[in-house]
Amino acid sequence: MKKGNQSPEQQAYLEKVKQYEPKSNTFSQCVKAFIVGGLICCLGQLIWDIGNNMFTFTESQNSGFTSIVLIFLGALFTGIGIYDKLGSFAGAGSIVPITGFSNAIVSTAMEHKREGYVLGVSAKMFLIAGPVLVYGISASVVLGIVYFLFGIA
Amino acid sequence: MSDFSQYLWVFIVGGAICVIGQLLLSYTKLTSARILVIFVTAGVVLTALGLYRPLVELAGAGATVPLTGFGYSLAKGVKEAVRQSGLLGAFTGGTMATAGGIAAAVFFGYIISIIFTPKTKK
Amino acid sequence: MNSKRCGSQSVIFPTNPKILSTATIVGDVEGQGPIGKHFDLVLEDDTWGEDSWEKAERKMFEHSVRLACNKCNIAPESLDCMLGGDILNQLISANFAARAIKAPFLGLYGACSTMVEAMLIGAMLIDGEYASTVSATACSHFSTAERQYRSPLELGGQRPPTAQRTVTGAGTAILVSDEYQHNNESTHELFNNIVISAGTIGKVIDLGVKDANNLGAAMAPAAADTIQVHLNDFNKTVDDFDLIVTGDLGSLGSELLNELCKEKNIDLKDKHIDCGNTIFSKDQNVDCGGSGCGCCAVTFCGYLIKRLEAGDINNILFVATGVLLSPDTTLQGDTIPSIAHAVVIERRVS
Repeated sequence: MKKGNQSPEQQAYLEKVKQYEPKSNTFSQCVKAFIVGGLICCLGQLIWDIGNNMFTFTESQNSGFTSIVLIFLGALFTGIGIYDKLGSFAGAGSIVPITGFSNAIVSTAMEHKREGYVLGVSAKMFLIAGPVLVYGISASVVLGIVYFLFGIA
Repeated sequence: MSDFSQYLWVFIVGGAICVIGQLLLSYTKLTSARILVIFVTAGVVLTALGLYRPLVELAGAGATVPLTGFGYSLAKGVKEAVRQSGLLGAFTGGTMATAGGIAAAVFFGYIISIIFTPKTKK
Repeated sequence: MNSKRCGSQSVIFPTNPKILSTATIVGDVEGQGPIGKHFDLVLEDDTWGEDSWEKAERKMFEHSVRLACNKCNIAPESLDCMLGGDILNQLISANFAARAIKAPFLGLYGACSTMVEAMLIGAMLIDGEYASTVSATACSHFSTAERQYRSPLELGGQRPPTAQRTVTGAGTAILVSDEYQHNNESTHELFNNIVISAGTIGKVIDLGVKDANNLGAAMAPAAADTIQVHLNDFNKTVDDFDLIVTGDLGSLGSELLNELCKEKNIDLKDKHIDCGNTIFSKDQNVDCGGSGCGCCAVTFCGYLIKRLEAGDINNILFVATGVLLSPDTTLQGDTIPSIAHAVVIERRVS
């Protein structure tokens, strides 16, 4: 039903719902998201520094290394059942970092384990992460074509 | 080793990017899948406009760890690849630059799912 | 003709089908709630030894029927008709449980209104002399509902403050005709003269709520409509009931119901309670309360019927609401239709 099709009765009711709806405390949620998100990024920086100093990676190698370690940690903490608790505390603070991407993959894959390893785990793994890859990679291809056509690169 | 002020910037910028996500969650009722899609696409676009690179130089992991950083890697990779191999690079660059992360996510995702089973929330 | 119809949407049951026994099985969060001690069985492990939650849910369905039958000494397979449902796709819990019990079975989908739908139809079957023993069951499970309707359990994220928690629970009521009870002396009666005397069949109502995380708001208009129709059909007022019990509106839905009823010039006063608010306490981190068709099933079968039996209350108007959505309709941007059915349950002093 489009908004324009709402009867006056429906409009009046939706107004009422809005009025009674409990409000989430956006400020305190933002503080929590800030702290947890900031800390996860600091962890990333620490891993970066370790890669830089101990393994003397090149910049692009090191950025791959950092992602891989963070993704592993995100997956592990999802597996042992901690990441969902972190998520209900921190909201976007643990969704937006790359560990949240990892959580989205592992949580959907685990959830569908009982439907088998091919059509359960492996197919459902991309339920949330799939769109990220589709949009991210497509955007990069479009950008590449633009670079090519206009010779910007 | 980065000094303390470097970590402060990492913390502030990384935290601030997450706050943007939290505001989207709170005010738009978007699901987390949509938030992630918006962030990765925004990363590609901002990098293309030249706005993300300075943030990465300032804050390091504070800008690369959030999913916008994934978009940044995709865009950076594609630029490099187009320079080297032309139109073909438009198709290979993004995925090549992020191959490690994608493979890690698929592989660890699979392994962890085999080892662990989800638990009911209390 | 139609002497058993009353008003526009209501029916009466002159032979007064009796509720002979009930049984409830719940998960451990429900067991720790304020009415936890009233349930027959509290599962510490909500997979109940099975290898999936779906299997656990159908086991809960099956065993609540068996337990209720045992209590009144009726063999489950000799039931004239098993009625019931759950909220999973293709009613798998109810259908698979019926496979195991092997009694004649009618599966019902009324989402969270299923318990009252089953009791309403069960009473009709008995009053119409199509059956003399009927079981009415509704069952839901937090972990199966989460994966079908929401997101994976281990996905990190925040629930909006309007969300409700699906109750893990199965409740069964055994309904019999008066005649059956007289002719079968071996039947053990758990309750004395608790009868279903009337009912109202709800209409599907939609006031345009789209938010699948705010089901209480979607269902409140259906509850208000059914309550109004019921009172009109029988020319009764709120004062004629000791309690008006709604299924799973939760705290927000209950406030909205009060408002909507006021607009219809019905003052619920302090007569209204909601099973979604009764089954959990505020400090159990359940946001707006419980939901799912097991919610009102276990609250009625475990708790409210005992209050009726004890004489603490003498009659209730039991109105269960259900949202008739699927995850796909939500993704397609559709609004949420909802329904409410009502039955009158009373204690007859003999």
